[in-house]
Amino acid sequence: MSNVAQDNATNLKIIARDVKVFYGQAEAVKGISMDIAQNEVVAFIGPSGCGKSTFLRCFNRMNDTIEHCRVTGLIEMAGLNIHDPALDVVQLRAQVGMVFQKPNPFPKSIYENIAYGPRLHGLAERKADLDDIVESSLRRAGLWNEVKDRLDQPGTGLSGGQQQRLCIARTIAVSPEVILMDEPCSALDPIATSIIEELIDELKQNFTIVMVTHNMQQAARVSDKTAFFHLGELVEMGPTNELFTNPQNKRTEDYITGRYG
Amino acid sequence: MKVAEPLIKPVITAGTVQQKVTASLGRRHRKERVFKGFGLAAVLASLALVLILFVNIFSKGLPAFWQSAITLDIYFDPQVVKISEKPVQAANESDNAFRQRDIEWQTEVGFINFNRLITDSLEKVLPDATQHRRDLQRLVTSGERFALRDMVVQDTSIIGQTRTLHLLTDANIDVWLKGNIDRSLPDTMQQLSPKMREWVQQLSEQGLIQNRFSFALFMNADSRSSLASAGLAGAFMGSLYMMLVVIILAVPMGVAAAIYLEEFAPKNRFTDFVEVNINNLAAVPSIVFGLLGASVFIGWFNLPMSAPIVGGLVLSLMTLPTVIIATRSTLKAIPPSIRQAALGLGASKMQAIFHHVLPLAIPGILTGAILGVAQALGEAAPLLLIGMKSFVAAVPGSPFDQSTALPVQIFLWQGNELRNFFEARTSAAIIVLLALMISLNALAIWLRKKYEKRW
Repeated sequence: MSNVAQDNATNLKIIARDVKVFYGQAEAVKGISMDIAQNEVVAFIGPSGCGKSTFLRCFNRMNDTIEHCRVTGLIEMAGLNIHDPALDVVQLRAQVGMVFQKPNPFPKSIYENIAYGPRLHGLAERKADLDDIVESSLRRAGLWNEVKDRLDQPGTGLSGGQQQRLCIARTIAVSPEVILMDEPCSALDPIATSIIEELIDELKQNFTIVMVTHNMQQAARVSDKTAFFHLGELVEMGPTNELFTNPQNKRTEDYITGRYG
Repeated sequence: MKVAEPLIKPVITAGTVQQKVTASLGRRHRKERVFKGFGLAAVLASLALVLILFVNIFSKGLPAFWQSAITLDIYFDPQVVKISEKPVQAANESDNAFRQRDIEWQTEVGFINFNRLITDSLEKVLPDATQHRRDLQRLVTSGERFALRDMVVQDTSIIGQTRTLHLLTDANIDVWLKGNIDRSLPDTMQQLSPKMREWVQQLSEQGLIQNRFSFALFMNADSRSSLASAGLAGAFMGSLYMMLVVIILAVPMGVAAAIYLEEFAPKNRFTDFVEVNINNLAAVPSIVFGLLGASVFIGWFNLPMSAPIVGGLVLSLMTLPTVIIATRSTLKAIPPSIRQAALGLGASKMQAIFHHVLPLAIPGILTGAILGVAQALGEAAPLLLIGMKSFVAAVPGSPFDQSTALPVQIFLWQGNELRNFFEARTSAAIIVLLALMISLNALAIWLRKKYEKRW
């Protein structure tokens, strides 16, 4: 365990120190430090192109898949340096799940969508165990009652909101500790959005959730803490109700009052 | 937000806009009509050309699937077919020794004058036959004596019995009966002697010479001594062996190379260079691959000349870029969100590709591979340079035997001296090749439809 972690309270889940991300020569994230505690819901807000999604993708090293993308600085996930050469990225991603902007179920059955992760990591010894995982994941994602009779139907045949909940169920099926959500509701209608928001509220009992959102009302409704990003910098981060009612920074104030963005 | 005052005076008023748009409508519509007209004309012209091609090939080629044959009662006269007992393997005899005896016996059968059986039988239906023995021997195509020999080798109990057989007539008789020889030409310019023409007339009227479905076209290899029995079996097997080599080599190699280049290879100068060269390879004239095959596979590796294995290797090289390019474009078309979903769950890159990307890419890959194989099937130029245009009278038993290929067989028949017989034969071979191509393309379409998934 590093010094940084020892200085902080033990329930810190994610620690980031001076994280910079470069796309080729361009610096997209300019030295951000942040602490995220266990079972906290943190929302990242900010105008388009401010680096919030890029920063989010650092937590499960999804930026590795992008050509010419370079990440520097320290990120610790539950005390482990995620850039440690001894740590395989597969271990990290089993621990840090991700839900994407556009629902992206596999073009397979609903059952196979959920079972893929557990099967990949060998989490279920027997078929019955796998069935249990599938059922509980779908229940926790609030989708079980809607799909229990058609588990063999393609996941791509569900509605947009159901697909996104299927993706959340797929993510929690491998029991990660942290769930990253990259604008999970941007492709959904208001009703599906509110269902997902309720779901996030329930999931925080068991998971630490970091989400990027363009919708400030959503950030205000579901998150415990909000971080405001601008031009690759973390401008301000604090408890959500404080940040929205009493922003410390002029830029934050301008953004949340709708003066730009 | 306050609405900004319209400080800038508009340059064009709404009224002028309407006026201008209305004025330009006629010109826009005219342009559209002209373009549509050109498009339709182009489509109709190409359809007409295809139609002309098909009508031409089918009108010439279809008659060749039926060939005139003469129905004869062949008496396997023991006086003519005089051979020793067919050898039977003794209990204490080695396989080799028996095979030796068997070959000797078959050679003995080969010395029998089977033509005699045919002429004897003809003499019974043609009373004046004995005065015209030369003409008599030319009625039935010379290859049919081997059919009689094979019957004896198959079953010696046939000796002393009579069998009713349909024997192919000489190629010139077939042409004569199909009306492809001008009957008004003087005798000196006719391929058939006056006597033969008289007999053919008589036998057709008696119904002994009839047009029958030509199994020879499919069952026999090429022939130059007995033109009427020349068939496509040798070329077909040669093409089949080559396609097997292409499927075994080019398809897996092409798909593997495409997956590596598309999914794993770093983007740098080297991979750019490789990519450019793959595209260049696709544009190399196919005959160049033949030169390469001749110098590398035959010259250095000492592989046999005229063999399907070499042809297959050359065609594999030629097909490789097609397969690679088709596979890569299919892989590119798979939405990245599927990859991200798998990676996000903790799948390794390889797992993401093999579990999710490839299954989605399979219809596209199969289509590319089949179209590549179809392209290789129709290719003749490179095969000419590795000796596959030589005349081969046997059906190849393995990819290492001498052989020719379907498109090359078309080329060879097209150049045959007996034009009026082989013109139809050539078109028939083209029909067979076209049928194979269309089946392959249909297979590609069917596979695409079957495995296509939407996401």
